[in-house]
Amino acid sequence: MNTKEILEKAKPIIADKLGINEDEVLESKHFINDLGADSLALVDIIMSLEEVFGMEIPEEDSEKIQTVGQMVEYIANHVK
Amino acid sequence: MNPRRVAVTGVGVVTPLGSDTTLFFHRLLSGENAITRIDAFDTEAYSVKIAGEIKDFDIHPYVHPRDSQRMDRFCQFGLVASILCFEDASIQLDESEKERFGVILGSGIGGTDTFTKEVIVLHEKGPNRVSPVYIPKMISNIGAAQVAIRLGAKGITSNPVTACATGTNAIGEAFHRIKFGLEDFMLAGGAEAAINPISVAGFANMKALSRQNEHPEKASRPFDLNRDGFVIGEGSGVLFLEEWEHAVGRKAHIYAEVVGYGCSTDAYHITLPEPSGRYQALCMRKAIEEANISVQDITYINAHGTSTPANDATETKAINLLFGEHAKSIHIHSTKSMIGHLLGAAGGVEAVVTALTLESGKIHPTINLETPDPECNLNYTANQMVEAECRYGLSNSFGFGGHNYTILFKKVS
Repeated sequence: MNTKEILEKAKPIIADKLGINEDEVLESKHFINDLGADSLALVDIIMSLEEVFGMEIPEEDSEKIQTVGQMVEYIANHVK
Repeated sequence: MNPRRVAVTGVGVVTPLGSDTTLFFHRLLSGENAITRIDAFDTEAYSVKIAGEIKDFDIHPYVHPRDSQRMDRFCQFGLVASILCFEDASIQLDESEKERFGVILGSGIGGTDTFTKEVIVLHEKGPNRVSPVYIPKMISNIGAAQVAIRLGAKGITSNPVTACATGTNAIGEAFHRIKFGLEDFMLAGGAEAAINPISVAGFANMKALSRQNEHPEKASRPFDLNRDGFVIGEGSGVLFLEEWEHAVGRKAHIYAEVVGYGCSTDAYHITLPEPSGRYQALCMRKAIEEANISVQDITYINAHGTSTPANDATETKAINLLFGEHAKSIHIHSTKSMIGHLLGAAGGVEAVVTALTLESGKIHPTINLETPDPECNLNYTANQMVEAECRYGLSNSFGFGGHNYTILFKKVS
């Protein structure tokens, strides 16, 4: 799965958790500074994406994910 | 500090008969029933299939979707009622006033629906899939917290949990916070949303609920001989309380004055009321004593009136015990006859009704009171509203566990 496909699959989940439109979910966006997430919302998003992509993101890795782009890239590098 | 007077300067409700307080009160006066078959879930396997449901509730005019999905339904009801109430009070509070503004919003049951759903996730998908917002969505104090966040209240926030007496407990405590100088402004009441599978099953199996599934509009019949249990309702009711001189100073609309708060405990049984009614009478007496008036001054009671065989007979005994011959001349009614029993929110909604009744001189009927019960021998305002100028009104709430609470309101002269 390439990053474009991952982004398309992740968009509705991220948008739903943050109550925003899907077209606001761009790779450049910072979850907390740009998209209105707080730390709980970020955990919630990561857990939902883990489920959708069938993977586990260890805490030490998830703590480093700050932007949509970082999230997509992490999934692309780790999804089986 | 001398005790201070306390004004009701805002009211807010979310009920099965709507969220517009004026319209809600008119619908009560016209005896409108809100009990229907349950739509929220499939009741096929349930012995009880009826409730006072809120069918068209929409949180989105009030709360961002990011935030509303973190709120259990009870919290959404409480927040909307509180927003409406605060708007109704039309007050602007500066930062120092907000430090003396508190919220006591109780829920008897809390986020049971959220709890149930996450327990299913735990069983089916394991602990790592339980939502990170499960706890702050489920805990019953979060209603008060969400209201404080929204309105900027920096004084006390608290969540009494006294089952079906929660709302009255909350308002009584809030009244004392202002009366004894601890806060100047309080938003107080109850919120509940327990029309969900686990709660309906639980209440049904303890034989507390009416099983008039074929005639939902007839199921809630307080003080009627053929009553067979309460009908579960949902929603929220809150008051904005304000130190009297401040309310007068800003020419606020004052619905009523809170003048007494009584509390007692049966210390008898986990669900049954103490059958003589003496501790419910004690509760009402304490409220009357606080106001320094006589029992003869009470001419109106918004009863707990649940439509269970035990409650209505015991509450009647308690009123007879306390008021003697005068009991027969008191106007009594049950709001639950139309909207069902809102559990922890009941006292909040009924406090709003009591204040509006004193103000308007219009007493809504107790509907479905068709066959008199010899054990219920008082004037319950059967089926037709009446007009009567009452100076003082009591609002009673009695909760599982034997928790008895009464608030005493005075008409503004």
